[in-house]
Amino acid sequence: MARYLLRRLLQSLLLLALVSVIAFAILHLAPGGPLAQFVATGDLGTEDVDRLMKQYGLDRPLPIQYLDWAGSIATGDWGNSYRDQLPVLKKIGMHVGPTLELMVSSTLLAMFIGGMIGILGAVRRYSFFDHLATIGAMVALSIPTFWFGLAVIYVFSVNLGWLPAGNRETIGDGSFIDRLQHLVAPCIVLALVSTAVWSRYMRSSMLDVVNQDYIRTAKSKGVPAMQILLRHALRNALLPMITITGLHVSTLLSGALVTETVFTWPGMGRLFLDSVSNRDYPVVMGMLMFTACMVLLGSLVADLLYSVADPRIKGASK
Amino acid sequence: MNDHSSELKGSDMKRTNKIGDAPMGSLTRRDAVFAGAATFALGSLGSLGLATSARAAAPATKPTGQAILGFSQEVTVLHPLMTANEVDQGVWWNLFSPLWMLDAEGKFVPLLAKSVPTLENGGISADGLTWRVELRNDVKWHDGKPMTAEDVKYSINLMKNPAFRARNRTAFEYIASVGTEGNHVITWKLKEPYAPLTSVLSWTFIVPAHILSQNPDPNSPLFAAAPVGTGPFRFVSRKTGDHLILEANPDYFGKGPSLNRLIFKYVPDLNAMYTQFKTGEIDFIGLQGIPANFYKEATALRGRRVHAAQRGAVENLTLNLAHPALADKAVRKALNIAIDRQSICDLVYYGVPKPANNYLVPTHWASNPNLPKPEYDPKKASAMLDQAGWVRGADGIRVKNGVRLSFTNSTTTGNQLRAQTQQLIADDFKKIGVEMLIKNMVAAVLWADFWRNSEFDSLLTAPTYTIASDPDITHRFGSASIPKETKSGSNVSQYKNAGVDTLLARGRQEYNLAKRKEIYAKVQELIMDDLPFLPLFYEVQIEGTKTGLDGYANNVNALANSWNAASWRWTA
Repeated sequence: MARYLLRRLLQSLLLLALVSVIAFAILHLAPGGPLAQFVATGDLGTEDVDRLMKQYGLDRPLPIQYLDWAGSIATGDWGNSYRDQLPVLKKIGMHVGPTLELMVSSTLLAMFIGGMIGILGAVRRYSFFDHLATIGAMVALSIPTFWFGLAVIYVFSVNLGWLPAGNRETIGDGSFIDRLQHLVAPCIVLALVSTAVWSRYMRSSMLDVVNQDYIRTAKSKGVPAMQILLRHALRNALLPMITITGLHVSTLLSGALVTETVFTWPGMGRLFLDSVSNRDYPVVMGMLMFTACMVLLGSLVADLLYSVADPRIKGASK
Repeated sequence: MNDHSSELKGSDMKRTNKIGDAPMGSLTRRDAVFAGAATFALGSLGSLGLATSARAAAPATKPTGQAILGFSQEVTVLHPLMTANEVDQGVWWNLFSPLWMLDAEGKFVPLLAKSVPTLENGGISADGLTWRVELRNDVKWHDGKPMTAEDVKYSINLMKNPAFRARNRTAFEYIASVGTEGNHVITWKLKEPYAPLTSVLSWTFIVPAHILSQNPDPNSPLFAAAPVGTGPFRFVSRKTGDHLILEANPDYFGKGPSLNRLIFKYVPDLNAMYTQFKTGEIDFIGLQGIPANFYKEATALRGRRVHAAQRGAVENLTLNLAHPALADKAVRKALNIAIDRQSICDLVYYGVPKPANNYLVPTHWASNPNLPKPEYDPKKASAMLDQAGWVRGADGIRVKNGVRLSFTNSTTTGNQLRAQTQQLIADDFKKIGVEMLIKNMVAAVLWADFWRNSEFDSLLTAPTYTIASDPDITHRFGSASIPKETKSGSNVSQYKNAGVDTLLARGRQEYNLAKRKEIYAKVQELIMDDLPFLPLFYEVQIEGTKTGLDGYANNVNALANSWNAASWRWTA
């Protein structure tokens, strides 16, 4: 087990290095630079831009800039944002909380509702409910998030006045109830699409299981239907879901750009867009590395969990 | 001043029971719904702490209440001498103070200084080289230390320090040496007379020497993370990507502040920002303002005041004079009268802005009122092109000496209104046999090499031509300011006029305001005859405040209208 872990960690490090080189190259080769934003709005002349490029070390050859960046990150220094000078890790830290709050709540909601719909659909295959769920999932997947978000704001905030029109909290309040009020709308908007996705995953995973021999055996033994469903079918149907959840961890952290923008939610998705469009290299690189780490960690944890959930896997991973 | 406030009084009270306006203890409908739900869900009773930000009507004596200011740009750097955007300056006005400032009427008002130095009051020596400024002696930094001449000296020297990531150092290159006389007099010597310095210093916020000099690295990010200034508000906290909180500085040397807290809220989406203004989540909607298509609706909102604030920027077609067709002055003159500006203002911008004929806004003190008025005459434009030898080819596009009268126009992608403007202009030009092809790109690309190396044919943008409102526009139109040639300045049109150069050099050295006005009137005449750019309209930003939040004033000489938040207060 220890050797397996070590091997996985080494593989991960190699992969991270590769990701960083590619990301760095693409980012720096894309036209434009971090000072363009100030040219557009401020009083910067060309001589100022050149001077600042030099002061930021952006005039050096790319490989040197990369080694410089990689060297500092290896020592734990993720650098500072070009935009507001704050340390990259601090910025990520400030945005990861709101994103986790939104993504975890909406994912849990979606997994729960989607899971229920999926199980019911599989058990009552081709029933009226199953067809309804299928069509519902298609519709939910086809609704553009930004439109749905605006519609929710229009109805529940502008017209009815029940929900805030965005933001994570009332600044200065931030109590649990206040947070909850602000969370409801974006959470539901985000959950809509993923409920559809999860319900489809669950349905097909469940269908695979209910047709297995051991289920038929259990049935013929006279095990009550509910017990078959919960103890035999569900446990096995959840195995593939663990993998999917593991792969999903990175999206939990990378945020939902559209929903965050519509609801003025200060999450990772918006930080990434703002940073990319302003060519804030240190922040973009930091976020990419952070997300890459989470993807690798997520799949590693999923693999480990898998062996816990399914004893047959244990031998294979040694 | 330039603010056509459309106000609806007699607001109905239904709207004002929204969040933020709610007096302590009263529940909004939304709160009530949630209180019910939460009580049900948690099964817990008792006080849920639902009272949202309470705000009593503000008596002027003790700072009370708070205002949430919405901006679609994020606050970036809190070090006021570094590169920044407009909203940053909107924050600096509240955290820091310059020696003096330009008020909404364009008059210099002393802040840290006792008076603004001029030739007349002896603050500037007769040869224009030695400046002497007396400082107030009752100013304290937010940490309680007194502000002295050493701080001003440190700030100016920081701007001159080549290792420091300063914004624009042009004016400070003219300063040869800085000195102090005691604790409250600062003096400096110039290499040559430089009149724009007064304006530049009105945007130079003084930083604390006792804190910054501790750190050997002038670019250390530590100061921007916890800035200390002399302004009416103190720094409290910031959440990047979301908001910044300031609180009243009880030791402020000037009048105010009346508000206890000032919150700069970042709302990146303009529609979302307008919605939050409607629902009352933000008390003020600033830069980039209410989208023009909502202007009518916004003026009819109850409990809200809408301000059509004229800014310093001029929407225009910047022409590249190195383009073989655009190099011909006759072509530029014809294009200038071929654009139906009024239609652009009416159709695309809902009649909010006014057609422009200058790079200075009409309210600027040096603006020349006698320039030719904006004109729309496609027939005359066609005749001018005929006369200049541009003949229509088989495809309807004019040609002269093998050069087709065709060029591209670029602006930043994603700006719907500009895209529509481009279409209208392209149609206008097509009528007179000129082809304008649209080639848009993202901001980070457009404002990089494409702009600085004059790789464009024409641009549709809205620059503010002045720096700190000074009429010296050498950096924009001086022949030594072409970045492609000299790697300095921002004369990307590559405009050259020896007459303009001479006048600009004279204007820079002239301290007498009346004489300066005369010089720049002539400069405007020459430039608007040569037309290195075609002005379209003067930019208007539609801002708004909640009724009851008093003190808002549009100031074209500040980059954001939170400049005077120290005098904002709640009256209802």
